[in-house]
Amino acid sequence: MAISPERLLERVNAVLGELVAGSVCAYDEAEIEVAPENLYAAMQQLRDAEGLQFEQLLDIAGVDYAAYGQDEWTTDEASNTGFSRGVDGFSTGRLGLTGIYGVQEITSNTARRFAAVYHLLSVTNNLRLRVRCFAADDDMPMLDSVMPIWASANWQEREAFDLYGILFTGHPDLRRILTDYGFVGHPFRKDFPLIGNVEVRYDETKGRVIYEPVSIEPRVLVPRVIRDDNRYADPAAAEEPKNG
Amino acid sequence: MAEINSYTVNFGPQHPAAHGVLRLVLEMEGEVVRRADPHIGLLHRATEKLAETKPYNQSIGYMDRLDYVSMMCNEHAYVLAIEKLLGITPPERAQYIRVMFDEITRILNHLLWIGAHGLDVGAMTVFLYAFKEREELMDCYEAVSGARMHATYYRPGGVYRDLPDTMPKYRSSEFRSEKNLKQMNEDREGNMLDFIEGFCSRFLVTVDEIETLLTDNRIWKQRLVDVAVVSPERALQLGFTGPMLRGSGVEWDLRRKRPYEVYDRMDFDIPVGTNGDCYDRYLIRMEELRQSVKIIRQCVEWLRRHEGPVMIQDHKVAPPSREEMKDDMESLIHHFKLFTEGYCPPEGEVYASIEAPKGEFGAYIVSDGANKPYRLKLRAPGFAHMAAMDELAKGHMLADVVTIMGTLDIVFGEVDR
Repeated sequence: MAISPERLLERVNAVLGELVAGSVCAYDEAEIEVAPENLYAAMQQLRDAEGLQFEQLLDIAGVDYAAYGQDEWTTDEASNTGFSRGVDGFSTGRLGLTGIYGVQEITSNTARRFAAVYHLLSVTNNLRLRVRCFAADDDMPMLDSVMPIWASANWQEREAFDLYGILFTGHPDLRRILTDYGFVGHPFRKDFPLIGNVEVRYDETKGRVIYEPVSIEPRVLVPRVIRDDNRYADPAAAEEPKNG
Repeated sequence: MAEINSYTVNFGPQHPAAHGVLRLVLEMEGEVVRRADPHIGLLHRATEKLAETKPYNQSIGYMDRLDYVSMMCNEHAYVLAIEKLLGITPPERAQYIRVMFDEITRILNHLLWIGAHGLDVGAMTVFLYAFKEREELMDCYEAVSGARMHATYYRPGGVYRDLPDTMPKYRSSEFRSEKNLKQMNEDREGNMLDFIEGFCSRFLVTVDEIETLLTDNRIWKQRLVDVAVVSPERALQLGFTGPMLRGSGVEWDLRRKRPYEVYDRMDFDIPVGTNGDCYDRYLIRMEELRQSVKIIRQCVEWLRRHEGPVMIQDHKVAPPSREEMKDDMESLIHHFKLFTEGYCPPEGEVYASIEAPKGEFGAYIVSDGANKPYRLKLRAPGFAHMAAMDELAKGHMLADVVTIMGTLDIVFGEVDR
């Protein structure tokens, strides 16, 4: 019943034609990329075209690519600082605003920073497809809402807005959903510190709950490491059994 | 006296029928709901962001705490995604153990659901029946992993350890007679598979008992039949999965349509509803309990006859045994690297999903080749179901909101993540 992801991509390309900006087929999964201006039209066709019929939008995942491929361990020269370079080192959004290093500011506008990833499912044809759409402007990422196509997009878009600040034009009720009432910032962005910016406690003298800057010390237990693993250098080589 | 036409009711977050921490703002017209606005996020712990700062294996424990009544199923989706990324397959025995525990988890989940649903609608007895059975299954969790709920038992490459040869027994106490104690420990004399087999035969009777209490019960039917009817088209639109989708008559079960592990070798049926109301969804979940028992029995049967490893021997991913580690330098290095740094999967993006008791639970991992996920997104079935609350509750009475909450099978651990 289910067809291979390669065949699916052929079918999708045949239906969408120019609307597809790129396609990947890896790990037995099919993925296409569309430009933000074509998002709505492409989604509409994916749902309605014969042979595709993606009736379900399972999920929308916001992704912030600002720190993609950065690691905290690799050095260019021999160092005598040892483990501390992985712990104190300074990379996007890992330590607190109040810490000694602060948060690295992201200023470049690449138009490849914020993406919404749509997971589609066709119950009729037993197909899965991932659609990625990068927002055109990093300072104000905006995409068309797909709510008229799938009702389930309602809360999923609200979540992507809340956590990543991606604005969905045409969404009737784009409120925050997961964070607190009156929350400032978009917590899943890479330049938002893990420990947050404020903490709350009950103040006895004032008789109410108050907000204060965080007092926790940010810490890193395991540095982020990227190894050049030759097993993954070539997909064909990965299939070979390892020695020893 | 001024006549009040509509008013707002604040339901929760501290309401026993709110299933945890839901705040529901209801706009009422008399006793009829005009609009329901769920405020979620009170249990938001940013699990996905925390996972970005930890090596892959350290986040498995967080998965248990998402949907905290179907713990191992959450782990399963996450572990499957990692395995897909690494390109490894667990040994056959581990796959059978996973399937068996997935189904045990399904029973655990559905028992809590029927208990809570019954309690909400006014049937107290069911709750007690259901929790008695849950206790035995949690003993299985404990025997295999050491924890009654948050097991962290599934690992990339298999499961943490093999099934134990003995089951823990009840101890004597002044509140328990010798005869009573012997009776309680009767099933626990053999190994774990004996215990599970014994449970299966007893459990089918319990399911029948619960059904006797509810299925033809006049009050139960009055509260459930024709409440929150969803058409199949609407169910698809709203992103429903699992029993919520099958209740509307769409035959869709990932265990059958996209089999993972050894589900393709299992013989079981998928119950499908016709009316798409709360009562159909109740019947489906009850039938799923029986089908789960059927699958567990097949796994027990297979596991009895086949010994073998439960973890792959690739020490880049799975730790070497303590004996090896203390005997062999290379194993020691592997052990050290694995626990201090973890493993670095190749660059890429994967999505793996399983049929969790509540619906499709999926894990989407973006990897940039580091020892931590670059982005982890969890697809929780409850999130889509909760989003439909407004549509389902509209036009129903206030008391039906509680029934709808029950039928959605909401757990806030996964809705809020």
